[in-house]
Amino acid sequence: MSIDMTEVRQLFFEESFESLDTMESNLLDLQVGEADKDLINSIFRVVHSIKGGAGIFKFERVINFAHTAETLLDEIRSGQHIVTQNMIDTLLQAVDVLRMMLTNLQNDAEDDAESIQICLNSLQSFLAEPLAAPFLEDAPAKESQAESVDTTNTAPAASGSQASAEKAAEAVEQEWLIEFKPYEDLLKTGNDPINLFNELALLGTLTVQPHLANLPSFTELNPQNCYLAWTLTLTGVVSKAQIEEIFEWVEGDCELTITCLSDSDEASAEIVSTETESTTLAEEVSDTTSLETEASTGTPPTVTEIEPTPVANVDSEAPVVETEVSTESSSEAEPESTSTRTAADVVYAAHEAALHAPIVDADTTEHKPHASGGSHAQSAEASSIRVSIDKIDDLINIVGELVITQSMLDQVSENFDLSKLMQLRDGLAQLERNTRELQESVMRIRMLPISYSFNRFPRLVHDLSVSLGKKVELRMSGEHTELDKTVLEKMSDPLVHLVRNALDHGIEKPAERRAAGKAEKGLLHLHAFHQGGNIMIQISDDGAGFNMERIRQKAITLGLLSPDEVISDEQLYEFIFHPGFSTASQISDLSGRGVGMDVVRRNIRALGGSIEINSHEGVGTTFNIRLPLTLAILDGQLVRVGQEIYILSLLSIVESLRVSLKQVNSLAGKAEVYKLRDEYIPVLRLYDLFGIQNAATRLEEGLLVIVEGDGQKIGLFVDELLSQQQIVIKSLESNYKSVAGISGATILGDGSVALILDVAGLIKLSHTQHKAALFPPRHFVQESGYEYQH
Amino acid sequence: MASILISDDSSSMRQMLCYTLTEARHEVQEASNGSKALELAKQHRFDLVITDINMPALDGLGLVRALRNLPDYQFKPILLLTTETDPEVKKEAKTAGATGWISKPFDPDKLLAAVRKVLG
Repeated sequence: MSIDMTEVRQLFFEESFESLDTMESNLLDLQVGEADKDLINSIFRVVHSIKGGAGIFKFERVINFAHTAETLLDEIRSGQHIVTQNMIDTLLQAVDVLRMMLTNLQNDAEDDAESIQICLNSLQSFLAEPLAAPFLEDAPAKESQAESVDTTNTAPAASGSQASAEKAAEAVEQEWLIEFKPYEDLLKTGNDPINLFNELALLGTLTVQPHLANLPSFTELNPQNCYLAWTLTLTGVVSKAQIEEIFEWVEGDCELTITCLSDSDEASAEIVSTETESTTLAEEVSDTTSLETEASTGTPPTVTEIEPTPVANVDSEAPVVETEVSTESSSEAEPESTSTRTAADVVYAAHEAALHAPIVDADTTEHKPHASGGSHAQSAEASSIRVSIDKIDDLINIVGELVITQSMLDQVSENFDLSKLMQLRDGLAQLERNTRELQESVMRIRMLPISYSFNRFPRLVHDLSVSLGKKVELRMSGEHTELDKTVLEKMSDPLVHLVRNALDHGIEKPAERRAAGKAEKGLLHLHAFHQGGNIMIQISDDGAGFNMERIRQKAITLGLLSPDEVISDEQLYEFIFHPGFSTASQISDLSGRGVGMDVVRRNIRALGGSIEINSHEGVGTTFNIRLPLTLAILDGQLVRVGQEIYILSLLSIVESLRVSLKQVNSLAGKAEVYKLRDEYIPVLRLYDLFGIQNAATRLEEGLLVIVEGDGQKIGLFVDELLSQQQIVIKSLESNYKSVAGISGATILGDGSVALILDVAGLIKLSHTQHKAALFPPRHFVQESGYEYQH
Repeated sequence: MASILISDDSSSMRQMLCYTLTEARHEVQEASNGSKALELAKQHRFDLVITDINMPALDGLGLVRALRNLPDYQFKPILLLTTETDPEVKKEAKTAGATGWISKPFDPDKLLAAVRKVLG
């Protein structure tokens, strides 16, 4: 039976990498002390599955390694160990090693034997009972190879004489007498004697003699019980082990005796003589094989199988050793088969790549091979993407609709005359909508939750905080925010950089924090969310913040600023993005902050985004990254103004309320503010702004939607709230032109276009509308800062 | 041709089982954990259940016990997939009511032989 293993192999890798991610996050959740049962079970399963899967493909090193890790986990699971930080760290290392081994297998690369061994040793140091001795002094690969050469030298010889021994056995047929007396509830295990007999019949000639002695009278008979017993005779070239194997599953559910009837024959004497010879050989072979297996695979069980058995059973020995030898030769043939497999892999990957080619950005494919270092995102993986079932279902639905439309058009075209023109136009319009939806759905497949990128941070933060001697709590939110795959991939490095910086230079050492009156444990918060037509990623720490005076001094030393120049904080932040700003000299708590920050910003800008810094000395630093989301999905709230429908990002809405006129005040003539609890919130009448007729104009007739953008609130006056739905954002810029206060558009279910309101833009608009200057200073400063950048 | 339920949390293992059994003209349904398998088993009457031991939600031994409590599965063969060579595990499996076990890793022929052994 041949099976296309390439596909299974591919799946195995993908699944293993994914489950290793789970294992990693579980390990990070694992607390020192008594092991959490669920967590440790889940971790155990990962290693266990990898071991099982690796077994199918005979990835010996992986099996060996996973086996050791599994043993440790099993011991933890059964309560033999208390979890220590050291143990967690070692297991985290094991995750890395497994990842590396699998990546290397996937790419046919060499393993770093040293790091495997180091990790293996530290895993073993935890074990309650050391594994088989040869393990510990696992000879370097080369030696064991030399040894295996030896074995292969002796193997053919051994198998030769083995074959002759087998031939001798083959010459004799043997007769076996089997007494089989099942207990009454044998059937309840799902085993059926008939099937067992059928199996026996495959080995030779079988005669079956049933015994009905225990059969009760019909009235007493319970059809669920087994009352029969059998005497079987089997003639053929059969070993006892083969028979025992057939009855393996009913062991303990029956009385079973197996006796050889042809013991006294000359033939058996002959066998014994050949046997003595073959036993020694067999021992020799098993010795060498055991050495070899232990050295290279470390799986002892096979060895026990070929342990020399008492002479009476030696005839059964021959075939066993034979199979052992054949495994040997097959493992020898392994490299060849792997190479053919990989050839197939390449074809598969190329095929995959071709499938994705139209959408994969040329840039990414180009960029990938260079990123070979740490990530396992490689040839094969780069060309595949995991998609949630929902998205696939959507796609299938749309295709279903497409088929309906097509058959409708078919009907119209039959005996077409002008009276059907309207129908045709309807049909075509429907087709157009289907096509568009299909296109959007396909594009949505490229959208991945940002958690793909965030998920690596728990580990990174854990490792870094340990090595820096700091205590850090990582908080993440908004992981489900979706981003285009390309954007996500390109954001990955800048994010790592920022997180690293925050840990390295932002958050202080526990002692310093204590001195500053802060909690010993620093907080690093990663937050992703939609804002208007953008995706925002916030990285904030509650660390030392920037020392503005130092930046200033540095800028002056570098000749970027003249000593008497007065500039704002925003302008000072600009210097941080200056290439090489802080690499030149080390300014204590700021050192390194500037390293690569120019690269970070360049990457973000290349994606059409921007980055802002907000830092307060002693309080902390926040980086705000704004990314465009031409493709992103937004949770939208539909609102009606007159006959028009607008969409607000659900996330920007703080609350909606009916206006009570008592709370409304007019400022400076025209500007209105609404007093909401202790806050004064400016009111913006959308109908007025967009010049819409037939809309409610009296505040008490409509609703006030309080929205927040750029840290400010504004009340939007609308007629009513409609439904909430997920919408695909269409860029207005690329289809029309950019409009202030509008971040994009979308197409609603009925095919009409609705505009998406840009809250931040509206706030800005409201400022210019009412020159009363409600929130002037900060904003204008920012604007001038922005100009400065260009 | 028999209808077989396979239950394993590893999708490559499931794919491998599914492929082999389908090739041998069996009808196969898959479950990614024990409790899903139990649900499926209640809806259909499978001729054979093949399950992994280590699974989330409900493990293999738990599944076997639960199945044995269903009238439809009192006498149905249930095979456990296991990497353990430990006789204790096998004993535990028997006590739970398993028909037999298949050691992982297995080659397709071994799997089919085991299936034949319980289905005839």
